[in-house]
Amino acid sequence: MAKIPLHFILNGEERAEFVDSGATLLRLLRDKTGDLTAKSGCLQGTCGTCTVLVDGAPRLSCITLAEDCDGADVETVAGLAAHGQLHPLQHAVMEHFAAQCGFCTPGMLMAAKALFLTNPRPSREDVVEALSGNICRCTGYEPIIQAVLSAAQVMSASGPGAA
Amino acid sequence: MTRKRGRGVAAVNYPTGMNLGGDPTQALVHSTPTGNFMVTVSSVDLGQGMKQILRQICAETLGVPSERVVVDTADSDTGPHCMGTFASRGTHRAGNAVIAAAREARGVMLEVAAEMLEVSTDDLETDGAGNIHVVGAPAKAVSVTDTALAAHFQKGRSISGRGMFLVPRSYPSPVDGAMKPATCYAHACTVAEVEVDVETGEVDVISLKNVYEIGRALNPRMVEQQLVGGAWMGISHAIYETTEPYYPQRDHRGVDFNEYLMPGPGNLPRTEVVVLERPAPDGPYGGKGPGEMCANAPIPAIANAIFDAVGVRIDTMPFTPEKILRALRGLEA
Ligand code: FES
Ligand code: FES
Repeated sequence: MAKIPLHFILNGEERAEFVDSGATLLRLLRDKTGDLTAKSGCLQGTCGTCTVLVDGAPRLSCITLAEDCDGADVETVAGLAAHGQLHPLQHAVMEHFAAQCGFCTPGMLMAAKALFLTNPRPSREDVVEALSGNICRCTGYEPIIQAVLSAAQVMSASGPGAA
Repeated sequence: MTRKRGRGVAAVNYPTGMNLGGDPTQALVHSTPTGNFMVTVSSVDLGQGMKQILRQICAETLGVPSERVVVDTADSDTGPHCMGTFASRGTHRAGNAVIAAAREARGVMLEVAAEMLEVSTDDLETDGAGNIHVVGAPAKAVSVTDTALAAHFQKGRSISGRGMFLVPRSYPSPVDGAMKPATCYAHACTVAEVEVDVETGEVDVISLKNVYEIGRALNPRMVEQQLVGGAWMGISHAIYETTEPYYPQRDHRGVDFNEYLMPGPGNLPRTEVVVLERPAPDGPYGGKGPGEMCANAPIPAIANAIFDAVGVRIDTMPFTPEKILRALRGLEA
């Protein structure tokens, strides 16, 4: 089967890869780019732990075709911390003890980041809605909701563009 | 649509660990040449914070800052034996084993320091900041780093210790079957408020008030994290989790966690968690096991609240709409 050439941006860096037709974005990330931050959970779009941003929108990378990402801007948790500084979301997860096993955390962070891009001052309901496609078996969600709300506060205090 | 409210209460007395053929955990502690300490165990950290707790316990026993301790949860093929992380036994069993190992290592550390300072080990104490000094004379001191360097390069000693904690097998009495399966018990009490829809059989948990007695909270924030997550998991056990929620045929059932329903972030009741601390005499620094038992009390409390709301007793988990509707129909018949 012919390989499909793909150009895309991963966390600000240009990438070129060949992929099989039908390969998922999750496999492209994990197998080809070595970025293991998007987790491989249910592989059928129900758990959310593989969530990444494609052109600023949250996507379940396990059911997104890699070939549809030609020219796309892809962001994963690996790109969150800039210049050695943790992103406010990452800080908030620490402060609020919002991760236990951590398997859901990358997906939660990316879902929250996507929320901030469209809604920098989300209400509790907005946060719950934004995270409703992400399953966590450890925390009971409340610490995650609190972490996202507090990161939103920190970021809107430090001005637009902080996301 | 008719929704009825009810309130239920339940309390549990939960043994820390289990007792089948004896319940052991072992640990090893050793120092690096620069006086950092390594704890080796086979106990698993699955997110509940075992590494952090064992680190604190080891540091406290050695008398060094916790930043100086690294915990390696190794591998059950190669590490010291542990029965495993379950039955709320991790902190209690592994913690006690780490205390024993760290005590032995501390003994060697003080022997080396005593030789360096030319005093008796009985006259030495640690300051918790990385130094060992003569009691009452903080100026007569040597650092843990220098002590470890001396042990490695001059004295030819290994600052290390072996730890073992065993709750021996308890045999049931042939007379009345009584036995002592555990050495300490944690406690929990939950008051649950639910709403039951009598047309659909669906249960919503409106609020959950939990009080947990868990010995000493060795790391209060992590204890709270466990309890909040555990209380939620109790709701999940009570009304969601099953591989065959509605199907009578086994071959229609779910086959993995994808079909295993759990509450999402939109299904959270108002939850309160209160911690009571009654240190256990045989616990590591008084700690018992908060892990598993925190999910237990919410389940019977929710069952009792359902009974209070609509008068049916559901005695198998989870309390699915189907079971509730069948029971309601039974009441009418
Ligand atoms: S792995 Fe993609 S949604 Fe679960
Ligand atoms: S922290 Fe374990 S699944 Fe969320």
